[in-house]
Amino acid sequence: MLKTLAAQIGEYKKVSIMTPIVMILEVIMEMVIPLLMASIIDEGVEKGNIQHIFLIGILMIIAAAFALLCGILGGAFGAKASTGFAKNLRKAMFEKIQTFSFANIDRFSTGSLVTRMTTDVTNLQNAYQMILRMCFRAPISLICAMFMSFMVNARLASIYLGAVCILGIIIVLIVKNAMKFFTQMFEKYDVLNSKVQENVSSIRVVKAFVREEHEKSLFEKALQAVYDIGIKAERTVALNMPSMMLAVYSCILLISWMGAKMIVQNELTTGELMMLLAYCMNILMNLLMLSMIFVMMTMSQASAKRIYEVLTEEPDIKNPENPVYHVKDGSIVFDHVTFRYYKDSEKPVLNDVSLSIKAGETIGILGGTGSAKSTLANLISRLYDVDEGSIKVGGRDVREYDLETIRNEVSVVLQKNVLFSGSILDNLRWGKEDATEEECIRACKLACADEFIEKMPEAYETYIEQGGTNVSGGQRQRLCIARALLKNPKILILDDSTSAVDTATDAKIRKAFREEIPDVTKLIIAQRISSIQDADRILVLDNGEINGFGSHEELLAGNEIYMDVYKAQTQGKESEEGGEING
Amino acid sequence: MAENKARPMHGGPKGPGRRGMMGPRPKIENPGKLFKRLMGYVFKKYGVLYVIIILCIITSVLCNIQGTMFMQTLIDNYIKPMLADNSHDFSGLNHAIMRVAGFYALGVIVSFLQQQIMIIITQGTMRSLRKDIFDHMQSLPIKYFDTHSHGDIMSVYTNDVDSLRQMISQSIPQIINSGITIVSVLSCMIFLSIPLTLVTLAMVAVMLYTSKTLAGFSGGFFMKQQKDLGATNGFVEEMLTGQKVVKVFCHEDKNIEKFNELNEQLCESANNAHKFSNIMMPINGQLGNISYVLVAITGGILAINGVGGLTLGKLASFLTFNKSFNMPINQVSQQVNFIVMALAGAQRVFALLDEEPEVDDGYVMLVNARYNEAGEIEETKEHTGMWAWKHFHKADGTTTYVKQEGNVEFLGVDFGYNDKKIVLHDIKMYAHSGEKIAFVGSTGAGKTTITNLINRFYDIQDGKIRYDGININKIKKADLRKSLGMVLQDTHLFTATVKENIRYGKLDATDEEVYAAAKLANADEFIRRLPQGYDTVLTGDGANLSQGQRQLLSIARAAIADPPALILDEATSSIDTRTEKIVQEGMDKLMEGRTTFVIAHRLSTIQNSDCIMVLEQGRIIERGNHEDLLKQKGRYYQLYTGNLVLS
Repeated sequence: MLKTLAAQIGEYKKVSIMTPIVMILEVIMEMVIPLLMASIIDEGVEKGNIQHIFLIGILMIIAAAFALLCGILGGAFGAKASTGFAKNLRKAMFEKIQTFSFANIDRFSTGSLVTRMTTDVTNLQNAYQMILRMCFRAPISLICAMFMSFMVNARLASIYLGAVCILGIIIVLIVKNAMKFFTQMFEKYDVLNSKVQENVSSIRVVKAFVREEHEKSLFEKALQAVYDIGIKAERTVALNMPSMMLAVYSCILLISWMGAKMIVQNELTTGELMMLLAYCMNILMNLLMLSMIFVMMTMSQASAKRIYEVLTEEPDIKNPENPVYHVKDGSIVFDHVTFRYYKDSEKPVLNDVSLSIKAGETIGILGGTGSAKSTLANLISRLYDVDEGSIKVGGRDVREYDLETIRNEVSVVLQKNVLFSGSILDNLRWGKEDATEEECIRACKLACADEFIEKMPEAYETYIEQGGTNVSGGQRQRLCIARALLKNPKILILDDSTSAVDTATDAKIRKAFREEIPDVTKLIIAQRISSIQDADRILVLDNGEINGFGSHEELLAGNEIYMDVYKAQTQGKESEEGGEING
Repeated sequence: MAENKARPMHGGPKGPGRRGMMGPRPKIENPGKLFKRLMGYVFKKYGVLYVIIILCIITSVLCNIQGTMFMQTLIDNYIKPMLADNSHDFSGLNHAIMRVAGFYALGVIVSFLQQQIMIIITQGTMRSLRKDIFDHMQSLPIKYFDTHSHGDIMSVYTNDVDSLRQMISQSIPQIINSGITIVSVLSCMIFLSIPLTLVTLAMVAVMLYTSKTLAGFSGGFFMKQQKDLGATNGFVEEMLTGQKVVKVFCHEDKNIEKFNELNEQLCESANNAHKFSNIMMPINGQLGNISYVLVAITGGILAINGVGGLTLGKLASFLTFNKSFNMPINQVSQQVNFIVMALAGAQRVFALLDEEPEVDDGYVMLVNARYNEAGEIEETKEHTGMWAWKHFHKADGTTTYVKQEGNVEFLGVDFGYNDKKIVLHDIKMYAHSGEKIAFVGSTGAGKTTITNLINRFYDIQDGKIRYDGININKIKKADLRKSLGMVLQDTHLFTATVKENIRYGKLDATDEEVYAAAKLANADEFIRRLPQGYDTVLTGDGANLSQGQRQLLSIARAAIADPPALILDEATSSIDTRTEKIVQEGMDKLMEGRTTFVIAHRLSTIQNSDCIMVLEQGRIIERGNHEDLLKQKGRYYQLYTGNLVLS
């Protein structure tokens, strides 16, 4: 995992290496300062040597200035390296996601992909900066201070060593325990947050059933769980500080006591004692810093893992090596096609489907939920790959075509379709980048979208909000159809794309299709029998298998499902025709 | 129809510890007042504990200073004299060390206490804050949820409460600590040496000035970074949501291009922002060192010349004070930044808490009722299946009971989501008890809006709605809604077992009642086929069920409540015909004998309605039963025969 992520450092490798180096230089400079300080006291003040005080003082200022320079550089490098790393991560992920096939996208949910690209990247960015700036600095600083202390006085310094060891063990214990609690706490937080989210999005249900009090008590329970574990987790972490204080104070006392004796016996100078005390603080602070880094790194591990998952996901569908760029015509052949979404699912979604559609035909597709209508349609433009058998478009296996070519020639209007923020024209031009306004208007006329667009104050320049929230469901569907038409495809697939359009408009759209684009093969998936009954042929799917394939009349004569559906949807009409009226 | 579809909630920060980027947020109005209010909130419940904490902080600062002062005592009072007279009498020193050890021990204990108490305060405050927010949220009108994005509401619970936690648990104690330290250290310094104090203060001025300048720079960049971050995240969210469409239109390369542009911009502004905030620390740190050196030099000179009675021990102590004086000043400037962020969060939290709750002046209540011997309606505790409206008349102090029958009347109702734009005009209609009223019309005609007025999700601008002859404004909202079952097109199931989801309609329902309701809704069969049957846990709004199954569950949920009247929003075509039939049967059974308002999409539902309202642009343009309307050959005829146009 580290290797994959580290690869994203890319051009920021140099600054990434520079950061710890200058940080270490800064530390060394900072170490020198107490040393010089001792000299000022012992050589200067005690002996009344003003010159020495000046000399060393200037040295100290130089050291401080140098440390300052290093610190500034460290800060700047660290910022550059970490933000650059974040940029590369985002870039790599986004590019990777663009290569994902539908199957890959299904595997991650959209929401989780967004979180991975935002929150998780930010987490890693912060952790990376922390690592670069502190991860080397703190231990080196600790070691330097320790080394200096030993140089000054080994006997006294060994006190630190003892304190560091004991404190180290305590901190490890605390962190380990705290991590356990924190992990539990995050789980409880997820429960709490999903409770809130549910209540926000389902507020109508809550209010309709007058369940406000009920929800409040459930929420309180979730809240209590967070509270209990939160207290445990924080209490554990809060032991860090007093333990450290205890260690620092014990050291100070011990050193003062022993130091005083040593000074009296002329084994130590006052300046050295001061120095030792300064280092004491330094050592223990760094230890605390290390424990914080440790906690932070463990926390960002989850984010790292989630990013890694995206980066290493293999796209299921890739462009063939010598792709074909021309699709001859809009004929479609399914040859013993079997497909499943998960390799290990027992029952295939599409089972041994064979059929042949001529160019220019209009095919209606009907079937219950889960009968694989959408699946069948999505296989044609290679949004998924078949497991067994093959699909031919224009006489060639779809896997031989260039991906972009096949997807442009086979235009799918997805069931769950979206518009993007931008003007209506911007949205339409997704179908054809350089489409003129006339072309766009023509497509909209075909899709019966022009009638409502014209009524809008800014007509084709009307701004569509993200997700198309400012147009109604039916309007959105018609815009999506128009957008798909602009591709000038050889095959057009409407996956339940007129469900929110009223029947009259629906009929008008189909009429326009028949008259204006007769050569395009049209596949229409619908629940409304009226949407498909005038198709050349109708495919009835049931549980991933072909149940019937023929004209309206043929199916009405011999297909049970079709008859059932027809009867259910047209009951009223028949009774009306018979003069009998319900009610 | 109101465009109030739930916007998808994407990820977002989870739990604590994932604070947003540091940096200035939007302007805060009246920060002082806000701060006072927030602290008032904390103090109301934890006032005593907070006072204890402040005492702890003072004690621990004093102990710390005692320790620092000890340096001077150690050198001047013990080491020096001992060196001078070469005595080896350590009893005095031992005594002094014991004394300091006592202070240190006290310091450790109070710091331990302070931390543990602080945890109780912060966790407790967060708990009550979240609870208050949630409780208040439950009382808010639907309108609030229409006008605020769900992501924004969520972020109040997560980010904003979290930033408050940071402020209560760290920033404020830190500032108190720093404040006390600054004051006491300053007085100690003055006591030790006035000239050296002046030097120190001069350097502090320099530090503060640099911090301020740098903060100004970095603030601007942070603002820019937040903007770029928003743009990038927005783009990512939009494109990933539509990723399948992106694929269908082969827009991948164009997307990458656009993304790279945004990403580069973000990287640049993030780099600038972080650079400036990163160098703040070393600059202040080194300025602190320089201050230290200056004091050492000046002090050294003074000590040698014996000016102002500065001894070596005093200088040593002063140097330590110099360090402990610079540190809190840095901290204060850092914490102020956090507090500004937290106040921005507090502003949003209080904004939510200040939202006007749904007003409910209703006083007419729905009660179980029965006929007494005299044939009059009287109130009863047990469930009789008969309901009555308990109407208390203020004027004469009497209480009357009206049988709940389900007559609903709209008299010239006008409604708009805001006063400027009226979406329903002059709606008049009458539904007799047990009748089925269907609303048909194209999307946006106002069908859903009408049904939302009956249960007072929204209040009308003009006109009157009467329920069994009582103005619905007089009925307690809870009771009004209890009398109206609701099946929504978007089912909204909860994360819980199937059983619990059905029981949502009647919390004290027995298992048998749950099964019966499921059977009535035709849901029993599929539920039993689920892995754990009725105990199967549904997650994410029932994502593991098909749309039809979710619909059946929501019917069962309404059925178990056994409401006298019903509002149904039929699912549109995304259910296949066979499931639709099952759903239909379930709905039909549910509708039997109840006044029902149904937003109809199915022919069969429409046909056997007692009255059909054809809506267009917020007006009822046709009404009548199926055959009447067909005869009129108007809009209904068009809608109904739309599928015959071409055949």
